[in-house]
Amino acid sequence: MLDKTLTQLAASLDQGEFSSVELTQAYLDRIHSHNADLNAYITVTDQIALAQAATADERRAAGLAGPLTGLPVAHKDIFCTEGIRTSCGSRMLDNFIAPYESTVTARLGSAGAVMLGKTNLDEFAMGSSTESSYYGPTRNPWSRDRVPGGSSGGSATAVAARLAAAATGTDTGGSIRQPAAFTGITGLKPTYGRVSRWGMIAYGSSLDCGGPMTQTAQDAALMLNAIAGFDPKDSTSMDRPVDDYLALLHEPLAGLRIGLPREYFGDGLNEGIRAAVMAAVSELEKLGATVKEISLPRTELSIPAYYIIAPAEASTNLSRYDGVRYGYRCKDPADLEDLYKRSRAEGFGAEVQRRILVGTYALSAGYYDAYYKKAQQLRRLIRDDFQTGFNEVDVILAPTTPSPAWTLGEKKDDPVAMYLEDIYTLSTNLAGLPALALPCGQVGGLPVGLQLIGNYFEESHLLNIGHQYQQVTDWHQQAPPL
Amino acid sequence: MSIDRLQVENVAQLARLQVTEEAMPDTVASLSSILDLADQLQKVNTDGVVPLSNPLDATARLRADEVTEQNQRDAYQAIAPNATDGLYLVPKVIE
Repeated sequence: MLDKTLTQLAASLDQGEFSSVELTQAYLDRIHSHNADLNAYITVTDQIALAQAATADERRAAGLAGPLTGLPVAHKDIFCTEGIRTSCGSRMLDNFIAPYESTVTARLGSAGAVMLGKTNLDEFAMGSSTESSYYGPTRNPWSRDRVPGGSSGGSATAVAARLAAAATGTDTGGSIRQPAAFTGITGLKPTYGRVSRWGMIAYGSSLDCGGPMTQTAQDAALMLNAIAGFDPKDSTSMDRPVDDYLALLHEPLAGLRIGLPREYFGDGLNEGIRAAVMAAVSELEKLGATVKEISLPRTELSIPAYYIIAPAEASTNLSRYDGVRYGYRCKDPADLEDLYKRSRAEGFGAEVQRRILVGTYALSAGYYDAYYKKAQQLRRLIRDDFQTGFNEVDVILAPTTPSPAWTLGEKKDDPVAMYLEDIYTLSTNLAGLPALALPCGQVGGLPVGLQLIGNYFEESHLLNIGHQYQQVTDWHQQAPPL
Repeated sequence: MSIDRLQVENVAQLARLQVTEEAMPDTVASLSSILDLADQLQKVNTDGVVPLSNPLDATARLRADEVTEQNQRDAYQAIAPNATDGLYLVPKVIE
């Protein structure tokens, strides 16, 4: 039963094939068998999960079940969960018991979802491999010596290895889509402002997006239905109507205009991934889509723009960790300054410290115009390039990553080498556009993926295309043997 | 652009982050390589381009100036490293 999608599990619960308590216990047993090896979860919440499952079974028996009632999911440990440790993968928050609940987890809870636990991530979501976590790296279930991607690597491994039916993730520069590609699952980065950031620990506030990580596009629609929408607690939440994301899944694709940006198919792209993506394009053509080449000429410049803007915002956001109000405090501080400086030096890992320093530098007097302002100007040009593209096509299709999952440790000590791997995902965040990552093949036994990038608030359309693609292919059904 | 040790010390002070003697060479080297990457920005002409800070060009929403939250001081201070009688305790600042 653990290979079933959320949609299938909901049907099984409805038909009484098994109870939510039985299902939840089966996931917990599987987690306890494999988590020591995969390190997908930082915290497993057995008691809470079983209590929520029992409540879900009662509600179902009373005829009060909603679309997610009794379905076991995992939360990236960046979402505050009241009364439960929320570590963000950092020593800084190793002792942080969140005093409030994030909007995303609260909405999933209200919709009846059962929380299995909190998943591993790069420290403060800063990374592309889940190796910078204070709790050690998560392993890729397809090949234990490889990274699962990041920063939502724990959630990706949990879903791919069937240690959860679905999971939440966050995507600041690709952190949902890239691990989805590396582990063979589906991941949706919504439009900026579509999903509330309340209670989602901040990294780059103008870029951060929460979203679903699932087996299928249909499941992503099911989860997005629960989490999307206006939230007065998030000042950048968009107050506009929310689609029923399940409603358009079955629309035919005849007449769909797909753009392939030539900059995403250049020399740096692995040939196996190129072939897999082009095979997917052929499938979509068979379904009635037309394809044309477009240009997103400043794609390469998204790397320097992102690696100024995101650290600048991070340096500001992370100034709150001062060893005074919550989180880690150093031993025996000599004075207040020493308390701040040592608490932060001892509480943050190397990559977080690097980004704080880069961001502080980019925002400091004399460098602001040359770095931060310049990056924000480029950000507008990158956004405008996408809008030019959407004048010609309905959606943009591209590989999610230039290469399959790399070996643990391979890029850990070379930050710039790691940053360059993000080339296909960063510009979407800079532009604030929605993007759906789908598995579309394997290269050397490792999953690889494509992404569909849509115009603002066109999540329904992306999920429709993803669902139709998954009706005629089975890459999303491949699971790693454990 | 490379960054030197003195600049790293200055930025670390601004960020209230201790960089140990041992970590300094690596920090200088990695920040320099990141700033080299960032310098690709300088080759783009952005004259007259308005900086984009919110991807939807949205501005902060205002709300009525009304009390909406309960005082939860005790709950919040329960997770503080050192709090007593409603106060956060830090090393002495004023003699």
